[in-house]
Amino acid sequence: MVESNIIRRPVLAGRSALGSSITMTVAAPATRFILRLDPASASAVGSAGGFDVSGPINSVRGSNGKLAVRLGPNEWFLIVEDGEGAALEAAIAASLGDRFHALVDVSHRNTAVLLSGENVVDVLNAGCPIDLSDAAFAPGSATRTILGKSEIVLIRPASGDGWRVECWRSFAPYVFEFLTEASR
Amino acid sequence: MLLIKCPYCGQRPETEFKCGGEAHIARPEDPSALNDEAWADFLYTRSSIKGVLAERWMHSHGCQRWFNALRNTHSDAFLITYEMGKPRPAVDENGELK
Repeated sequence: MVESNIIRRPVLAGRSALGSSITMTVAAPATRFILRLDPASASAVGSAGGFDVSGPINSVRGSNGKLAVRLGPNEWFLIVEDGEGAALEAAIAASLGDRFHALVDVSHRNTAVLLSGENVVDVLNAGCPIDLSDAAFAPGSATRTILGKSEIVLIRPASGDGWRVECWRSFAPYVFEFLTEASR
Repeated sequence: MLLIKCPYCGQRPETEFKCGGEAHIARPEDPSALNDEAWADFLYTRSSIKGVLAERWMHSHGCQRWFNALRNTHSDAFLITYEMGKPRPAVDENGELK
């Protein structure tokens, strides 16, 4: 048997920051997919492999660590706990049957920062110009947007008071430093 | 900050978008039948007007969809945005939507 010498090194491993009324932690490694699917097929099946794909554009559905973020008319970003990749791919493909779709594993492309506390909106608005008030961006909303000079996917799950900032792995140090600076 | 209304996402800041130039320029059905002058005209000649211009825009840091917009190139005001494939809305001589 081949001995594996590969060690996984998450980009922001072990980092966290505490600003004024905000807590930032690095999310655990996750399995992530981009699902491209015709909107008519999505409303017909309702869920794919346990992911709720029935939400409107710019919403996040699901809980228990199984999030389905609808980024556009035909694009979903699926996030689940690490280590379920191969089984989930089969489950999603099975639930979609012969409906045309594209499923891409982007687990290692992204990393995520979890934010909580009452100043989260102020800190995010330091680099993200969209309206994040409860009226405009209620729990259950999510969108791709920008933070400073980096593209992020901003997720506000319906349950809990936490926010999740997904960004590309190579942008992660910038995003984390940006949030840390903004929270001081 | 200038807000642009994405047909899919609603009002968003302009920094999330990029402009793709003039809209409603149809690619010739049979490019090989065109002479060089007509092909160059399709590729490069744009109206570059002062007034209401139909442009292609992309919500690149959002839903990543292309759409069309009527923008006044003098005042930078967006009159309307509409999905790809829809006809250009009519505008009167004062640059207002009919």
